[in-house]
Amino acid sequence: MKNDLYSGIEYMNSGHVGCPGCGGTIAMKLALRALGEKTVLVIPASCWAIMSGNYPQSSLKVPVFNTGFATTAAAASGLRAALDLRGDTETTVVGWAGDGGTFDIGFQALSAAAERGEDFIYVCYDNEAYMNTGVQRSSSTPWGARTMTTPGTNWKRTEKKNIVEIMAAHRIPYAATASIAYPEDLERKIKKAMSIRNGLRFIHIFSSCPTGWGMAPGNSVKVARMAVQSRAFPLYEVEDGLKYTINEAGEKPVKDYLRSQSRFRHLSDEDIGVIQERLDIEYRRLVRRTLAEN
Amino acid sequence: MREVLEGSQAVAEAARLARVKVVSAYPITPQTHIVEELAKFCSDGSLDGKFICVESEHSAMASVIGAQSGGVRSFTASSSHGLALMHEMLHWASAARLPIVMAEVNRALGPGWNLWVDQTDSLAQRDTGWIQLYCADGQEAFDTTILAYRLAEIVNLPVMVVLDAFFLSHTYEPVDIPTQAEVDKYLPPYEPKFLMDTKDAYTLNTVAPPNVYMEMRRSIQMAMEAAPEVYEKIEDEFYEQFGRRYGLAEEYRCEDADTVLVMAGTAASTARVAIDNLREKGEKVGLLRIRMFRPFPVNALRKSLEKAKKVAVLDRNCSFGAGGIFAQELKAALYGSGPNPPKLYSYITGLGGRDVTVDTIGTMYAMTRDREEPASESLWLGLNEEMLKS
Repeated sequence: MKNDLYSGIEYMNSGHVGCPGCGGTIAMKLALRALGEKTVLVIPASCWAIMSGNYPQSSLKVPVFNTGFATTAAAASGLRAALDLRGDTETTVVGWAGDGGTFDIGFQALSAAAERGEDFIYVCYDNEAYMNTGVQRSSSTPWGARTMTTPGTNWKRTEKKNIVEIMAAHRIPYAATASIAYPEDLERKIKKAMSIRNGLRFIHIFSSCPTGWGMAPGNSVKVARMAVQSRAFPLYEVEDGLKYTINEAGEKPVKDYLRSQSRFRHLSDEDIGVIQERLDIEYRRLVRRTLAEN
Repeated sequence: MREVLEGSQAVAEAARLARVKVVSAYPITPQTHIVEELAKFCSDGSLDGKFICVESEHSAMASVIGAQSGGVRSFTASSSHGLALMHEMLHWASAARLPIVMAEVNRALGPGWNLWVDQTDSLAQRDTGWIQLYCADGQEAFDTTILAYRLAEIVNLPVMVVLDAFFLSHTYEPVDIPTQAEVDKYLPPYEPKFLMDTKDAYTLNTVAPPNVYMEMRRSIQMAMEAAPEVYEKIEDEFYEQFGRRYGLAEEYRCEDADTVLVMAGTAASTARVAIDNLREKGEKVGLLRIRMFRPFPVNALRKSLEKAKKVAVLDRNCSFGAGGIFAQELKAALYGSGPNPPKLYSYITGLGGRDVTVDTIGTMYAMTRDREEPASESLWLGLNEEMLKS
């Protein structure tokens, strides 16, 4: 596979103010390598709204438009229209939001932009809770996780929303999962999304969070890889909402992944068995989808 | 060319002739005709722009903010609950210093559901950093929309053009519509002060810690403070070209008036008739119709009222726990204006579309004339007291 990931051109400088080991910064660095300089970012309230740095500094070399929490997809729609009307169809507009800004507060605007067939890439960098405000549960938080709003014995007992299936159900031309532990796959998916212009393209990047998940910063990429290898976060893509392809998934037990983070520390072996069973069922469903359309 | 147009159509024509590029809106009565008209213009090619059918007013404002930041003139319109839903992004537009223009049709907020005129929706947005201009007829709605773009793009603040529900939005009147060339002569092409440009990358609307935030807010206030003077200058130019002007506030028979009635919107048309009747009976009464509410043009209003002994304010709105909003603002403006400021009488009426008649205005005047001192609170006119007993 031709790979210019390591060409030496970076669009994210050192000096961001993210936590050590932040998966969100790795996601941005990798995505921008693929996106290149003709990119404008629309970022709502999120860790990334502050990580680029305080006025007048920025750690990013591309233009960034910060917008209100719920509005990533709406602001990106307006910006895309403006660029087109000014004759600039070349620049890629990228909405870049966290899981709270995507699964929850920004979902209405995202669904509407998908339905309208807006021409931009929407990236959700997913760290499975509201991390910027100090680790509160979102609808992306997985079953079993403790957060500041699902504390103690009241740990989260509802499933993580399946955002890629929801986006695929809009029959958008491209929806995919990606991981900071699989840079080549991530780059390929960004490039593929750039090559499609007839609608919204959605990329869901698993971005580990040492601060919120309770693990050593040095384990960020390793734990993200374990999520893929244990089917907690399989890598797959969906074309035109129907054609499913699995890119990467393993068969390792999820127990090791869960035991690597303190947010799951309270879970009994029985609870972990429940999670394993559900992941296996979900994975079989995913496999059936790939068979149905191929 | 003179055409017979609805107030809504007059606004849409103005947006078209201002060559807006992006229109983004969500339907709400009684604003809907404005954006329907613009959707038609985008469809038939009479406007070279894109209409974005968003799923909410919050997204409408967010998308015009995105569009304006991409370097094109943009427009939206809303009303009542829609404007309330936009509230967060109204702050965003002004703090991002974007010269967006929107039409806002004054409609009551529910519950109970009510489609009719009431000014509380727009007045509740007074602290959002938007310039607010209140109109009273179709021609003025057209002219004010053109003036709004000119003003917004000089001071870098968004402008809300405010129309009364139905009495203005849905009323057909003759409106003089200039040619595209005439409007182009008055309103030059939009030149953004900053925009999202990959050749010159900036992070817009970034984190502003305490060491810079106050200066950013001060610069908004400075732009607001400059706006009345800028408005008068661009209105002079407008007058030279089109022969019409309105002022920050419009005086009617104020020269020798002992009592001046103050209000905004279409109720002023009724008040003119009432004042003519009162003048025939020898009453020295005039009218001051407030056009610009934000920034509140304190100096102009003080000057207009400097000879008055009594001022009676009609508010088609209520700030619960405080009273009529125009009255509060005017009272604050007159405090310290001179050794003998006029006494200020505050009245609330016409909420939720209830008629403000010539008789209502007559009652308001009589109550003001007959009371030596104003009540400390706003007095409500035209209430059914029986209903309040239960």
